[in-house]
Amino acid sequence: MDFDDTPEEAAFRAQARAFIDANAPRHLAPELKRASFGSSAVQSEDPLRAAKAWQKKKAEAGWACLHWPKEYGGGGRSPIERVIWSQEEGIYSALSGPFVIGHGMCGPTVMAWAGEEQKQRLLPPLASGEEIWCQLFSEPAGGSDLAGLRTRAMPAEDGSGDWIVNGQKIWTSGAQHSDWGLLITRTAPDVPKHKGLTMFFLSMRTPGVEVRPIKQANGQSGFNEVYFKDVRVPDAQRLGAVGQGWQVSLTTLMNERLSIGTGMSTYFPELFRFCLEAEVDGEPAVNDAAVRSRLAQFAVRQSGLRYTGMRAITALSKGQTPGPESSIGKLVAGATMQELAMFALDLQGQAGVVWDKASPQEGRFQALLMRSPATRIEGGSDEILRNIIGERVLGLPGDIRVDKDVPFKDIPTSGGAKS
Amino acid sequence: MNLDFSEEQKALKDQVRRFLEARCTPSTVRAVLEGPLSFDRALYEGLAELGVLGAAIPEEYGGVGLSHLELCVVAEELGRALAPVPAASSIYLAAEFLLQAGTEAQKRAWLPRLAAGKAVATFAFAEGQGRMTPDKVQAVVADGRLSGVKSPVPDGDAADMAIVLARSGGGSGAGALSLFVVDLAGPGVSRETLSTIDPTRSQARITFDGAPAEPLGGSGDGWHITTQVMDRAAILMAFEQVGGADRALEMARDYALDRMAFGRPIGSFQAIKHMLADMYVSATLARSNCYYAAWALASGAVELPVAAATARVSATTAFQHCAKNNIQVHGGMGFTWAFDCHLFYRRSNALALALGSLSTWESLLIERMSAGNINAAA
Repeated sequence: MDFDDTPEEAAFRAQARAFIDANAPRHLAPELKRASFGSSAVQSEDPLRAAKAWQKKKAEAGWACLHWPKEYGGGGRSPIERVIWSQEEGIYSALSGPFVIGHGMCGPTVMAWAGEEQKQRLLPPLASGEEIWCQLFSEPAGGSDLAGLRTRAMPAEDGSGDWIVNGQKIWTSGAQHSDWGLLITRTAPDVPKHKGLTMFFLSMRTPGVEVRPIKQANGQSGFNEVYFKDVRVPDAQRLGAVGQGWQVSLTTLMNERLSIGTGMSTYFPELFRFCLEAEVDGEPAVNDAAVRSRLAQFAVRQSGLRYTGMRAITALSKGQTPGPESSIGKLVAGATMQELAMFALDLQGQAGVVWDKASPQEGRFQALLMRSPATRIEGGSDEILRNIIGERVLGLPGDIRVDKDVPFKDIPTSGGAKS
Repeated sequence: MNLDFSEEQKALKDQVRRFLEARCTPSTVRAVLEGPLSFDRALYEGLAELGVLGAAIPEEYGGVGLSHLELCVVAEELGRALAPVPAASSIYLAAEFLLQAGTEAQKRAWLPRLAAGKAVATFAFAEGQGRMTPDKVQAVVADGRLSGVKSPVPDGDAADMAIVLARSGGGSGAGALSLFVVDLAGPGVSRETLSTIDPTRSQARITFDGAPAEPLGGSGDGWHITTQVMDRAAILMAFEQVGGADRALEMARDYALDRMAFGRPIGSFQAIKHMLADMYVSATLARSNCYYAAWALASGAVELPVAAATARVSATTAFQHCAKNNIQVHGGMGFTWAFDCHLFYRRSNALALALGSLSTWESLLIERMSAGNINAAA
């Protein structure tokens, strides 16, 4: 056992470090270091512009989308090299927020299902950050039960072969600055729900597409509602066969859980630093037995995630596929950061209620408290993740389904609404 | 980056597992639970013949001369099988004390016999209720004679030798404590087996009344050496706990697949499925923390104290979690004597206290991280 690079890995790391030292936007480093989940990482300038500038620099030098093939604008590098890059990129990876959905989920889906010409057109500008993608999946009636979605795509009556889309999506991250969307629709309501879906991609500037930001519970607006009113989508923008949308979406979702779940921080280092500085009964908080007990439990979860990640990296380094243990990442991190935020506020006493720049660590824990409920839902809720571990890792049977072989239009819905 | 065991170490693990599947079935464990013997001597000698007791003991002292990584995989299998043997006392603790602090003569006197399973040794540390601190040690050595009461002492009724932490030469605090080797077959030793929550790993009260005691390590170094060896033992114990947690999870999973209620396997109910998923999560976190600690143990890294406490806290939590929920998944049958769930429940709660309780290790972890080595937090 060791934590050392192979000579090849060390050489690659040195290259990555040299590029980052010479090119990263260092003037943003102080605010990136202070950034918390639940507040914008960059505030001194337009975060989208900062993100695009860094992505463009990376792309020009071959450091963008390292795991993608070179012909699609990627780096053609191995999974372990991608990991080394992200270790070296460090705080600057926070700049890549606007590209996470496109690079992590939409891109791989396009790569797996689009035609060659489309891949040549769509993927390079996605890799370089010139074009941003969003994922138009969740709906008011289809979240965890994604296949319950109701947005309809019907063949245009003019015989053009185009599709006309009507409906609504919700929880769409980054739709407000996206150029393209990956859109799953229902094309056949009279067959069982998983069989009547079809996937498309479309320009977010297509007439009839309207993006409305959602004001979230924490006051931010990272997510949107997207409305479709008689939106015309050419058949050439279909991914997979008509009725094959569910299989196409699985490509996206598998990638989603990989990119959301790996390398998440629980904010334990920040809490630990706070406990070294804060006082309980006139003593440093870390001297208090009850505080130590809570801290220790947070510490071993953080470190368990860290070393679970390193076990996955070990597998990648040997050219193997990581085992199922990586599936625990988001489940553990989400719950931990929420409990941890509550604990940090508890230590602040009555003043924990105050959320401003004068709060400890500039209100980081208050921001975390208010953002963390979403982490336990987005990208697979805690309950869906437990189902996945239970069924795919432990081999337990699926739940008994009452909607499986029933035509979609006959499935009971909330409030009695039918599609 | 290589946070995994080698192919050879995995092969050793498979070999030990096959051996234990044949030689250490639940009925082997129950024979010790229900019978008069404090451990299964034939099983213990079989493990010695396999070479696993001496895995980390140098060849010159009768061992196999492999590394502590091999001992970690062995420990995991002993934990998985709930092996009713004194390996923790004799190998993780006593042999480590001898290797860390013993004279050449002490090593030659004891290590070959410990590696061969011909002798059993233990560490006599605790003195009654509560968390151990230097000032709680009342056992005292004067003129080479030990007096006092140690309780509970793991495998103390079966052991041939004990390493004993005691005061000597006056003074107070940690610096007043030293370690001694005491022949338990010698004069001035009386002992009785204690009734415990887990009779498959025996505990005894040992009363010393002028027993001859030979120093181990420097005078006044007792607490310091104890801390070092306890850290090393904690890592090996954590592997036992991870092995036990995994097996308890498997039992619960198998039962959830097999047991029908309301016309379907109970594993199809989310209440059960999610409980099992959470058991998998805690077992996985513990395993990963243990791998980190195994690296620290084998490489002698400065992170060892933090890594040991991390693995210990994580593995204790995981084994208790998996063992108690294993009973829950089994329902009423899980609370019968006939089902094996209580064997894991007993062991998980006994191991949680061995080497110091969970809260003790939680406190140690944060104390060590506060002292500057916060690598585990990064």
